[in-house]
Amino acid sequence: MGFDIHSELPKLLWLGIGTAAFLAVIGLLLVLVDHGPKSRRDWWQAACFLSPAGLLLLVGLIYPVVRTTVLSFRDRAGAEWVGPSNYTWMFTQPEILLVLRNTLLWVLFTPALATTIGLVYAVLVDRSRYEAVAKSLLFMPMAISFVGASIIWKFVYEYRPAETDQIGLLNQIVVWLGGRPQQWLLDQPLNTLLLIVVLIWIQAGFAMVVQSAAIKAVPDEIIEAARIDGANGWQQFWRVTLPMIWPTVTVVLITISVQTLKVFDIVRTMTGGQFTTSVIANEMYNQAFRYGEIGRGSALAVFLFVLVVPLVLVQVRKIRRTREAQ
Amino acid sequence: MAKIVLDGVDKVYSGGVKAVDDLNLEITDGEFMVLVGPSGCGKSTALRMIAGLEEITDGELFIGDQVVNDRPPKDRDIAMVFQNYALYPHMSVEQNLAFGLKLRKISKSEIKRRVDEAAAMLGLAPYLKRKPAALSGGQRQRVAMGRAIVREPQAFLMDEPLSNLDAKLRVQMRASLNQLHERLGVTTVYVTHDQVEAMTLGDRVAVLRDGRLQQVDTPKNLFDNPVNLFVAGFIGSPAMNFVGAEMQQDGDAAVLKFADHTLPVPHATLSERPRLRDYFGRQIILGIRPSDFDDASLFPNGGTAMEVTADITEELGTEINVIFGIDAPPVQHEEAAALAADAAGDGELEAAAMPLSGNKSVFTARVNPRSNVRPGGTLELAVDTTQLHYFDKESGLAIGHPANR
Repeated sequence: MGFDIHSELPKLLWLGIGTAAFLAVIGLLLVLVDHGPKSRRDWWQAACFLSPAGLLLLVGLIYPVVRTTVLSFRDRAGAEWVGPSNYTWMFTQPEILLVLRNTLLWVLFTPALATTIGLVYAVLVDRSRYEAVAKSLLFMPMAISFVGASIIWKFVYEYRPAETDQIGLLNQIVVWLGGRPQQWLLDQPLNTLLLIVVLIWIQAGFAMVVQSAAIKAVPDEIIEAARIDGANGWQQFWRVTLPMIWPTVTVVLITISVQTLKVFDIVRTMTGGQFTTSVIANEMYNQAFRYGEIGRGSALAVFLFVLVVPLVLVQVRKIRRTREAQ
Repeated sequence: MAKIVLDGVDKVYSGGVKAVDDLNLEITDGEFMVLVGPSGCGKSTALRMIAGLEEITDGELFIGDQVVNDRPPKDRDIAMVFQNYALYPHMSVEQNLAFGLKLRKISKSEIKRRVDEAAAMLGLAPYLKRKPAALSGGQRQRVAMGRAIVREPQAFLMDEPLSNLDAKLRVQMRASLNQLHERLGVTTVYVTHDQVEAMTLGDRVAVLRDGRLQQVDTPKNLFDNPVNLFVAGFIGSPAMNFVGAEMQQDGDAAVLKFADHTLPVPHATLSERPRLRDYFGRQIILGIRPSDFDDASLFPNGGTAMEVTADITEELGTEINVIFGIDAPPVQHEEAAALAADAAGDGELEAAAMPLSGNKSVFTARVNPRSNVRPGGTLELAVDTTQLHYFDKESGLAIGHPANR
């Protein structure tokens, strides 16, 4: 497959058009700002500068939220009002309850484990000789896309019949230990936990980096004061360092929780939601776009939205409070 | 309570930097010892070695009768007050005070007794439930003191505890520290770069430079009998004036000549310091404290006088600092250079203003506030010639000082 510059030209042309349009919008804005009314000038300027972002928010966020909410009260084609029946379906159908249970498992395990692993790792490598190398090792999965990570881990869990060579790392280890290879991704409810491991693998690096920075921000003097006060290493961590970095720990927990609630790619890539591994986002996609159940898919989407919003609000308030404290 | 002894203590950092060099110091039981010196002189390192926060490269450290080189800080029974207070921000004042006691498994009732007692002593009782963030700088400083006091340790170690307070509060806290030491009588090692703090607080003061101990003595002795140029210039504010002068024999006394001035060396000084006679006909460095000058017109019977032209006058109400030039090149000695660098670094303008003076020595005289001196006017300065300081031009050591014999 050769690279032909001529076949790429239309794309470059579009890039040029896009850039020109962007500059035109900016130019138009600046002209508008300058030629606004003389009275209430502040208001006019604010309106001009906020309008593009506001417009995009309206089109890209507010309208879809309203539209999805409306659709969630309509039938499979979005034509007739059906009242809350999509919601009653969601909370009564055994398969969907299983999906909700799976999402609960994800939210229970991923944030707690990823944060803990990140924290322990950050403490262990802090001020060691190879800190930079050790940290980049754990951080690297962050650079891999969810789909890429899922494919890597699919190979790790890969199954071959007992008499042939194993290509999956996990089964090879089992064989070395004298066990029989397993079809890991079919084995429920273990398979959901194995998928959770993938997200933990990705998020632990993020948790480690953020918490490591918080640990480094604890003044040396305070740790020295604790040493003189008689605290051993364990007590220094539990009674001084951890309480001091606790605000950061909660921010990490919440951030990972939001990510976890929205998880889709891993499930979609590794099992497609089969073998009782589906989660809300995956089920939403299946209902709306594969089974053509627009109403049910929308109801799932609204439910997911309702779960995420409080976490985001808490996060925003926390950030605002730390800013005020500074 | 206990004495603290440093016996030939060295600190060499990786990379070979010697922060503390063969430090010998004995701090007696109940003594308030101040370590003072310009930044980078090793005073903080010395304190941190006593605390156990830095390893001792060589030599021995005794607290009480025991060598504690290899004991961790928590087993040395010392308490430390840090420059930035190092309070635990997530704990209330009460919890901050009690933390060290809880870790030592002291009974609840005893903890409460000690915390309440310290809080009362330091005026912290109304703030016990507050977090450090809700306290003023002075209050935080007192909590840091309280945390040391409740421990009832063998010794207090203090690392520039007043340097983050504003000037007025610092003077107040300095007085409270003095009172506190009178009351508790705990052996205290106190590090500061502020020589006024050192002089007012210390039973004895140890002056360090480049990791080496220069002189340990009472504040008065340091002021009156500095062992070398560095100590002479570091202790005292405004700093001692230095000028190169030639010593000439004059009958059974002597005179000092510099620029167009001549000062007599009293017979008593020569018999007290016979080694001065070896310097007849040679150049020495003469040191005169600003406070050993005064306006001769107010003391008509005063002995020796110098006529000078005042460049600048600083009227402080209780005194007037008269700054004037002496027509002799400034003293070139590495210790004088070190002092100038330190003063410039600390933002003290006297030394930083040096380049303006060209090839003149800048002198400061502290005269009586009733003097009529005006900038640009001439002034007869009386000199207390019994208080002159004589330094060897090469070594910078005080000539005839008991430690230099």
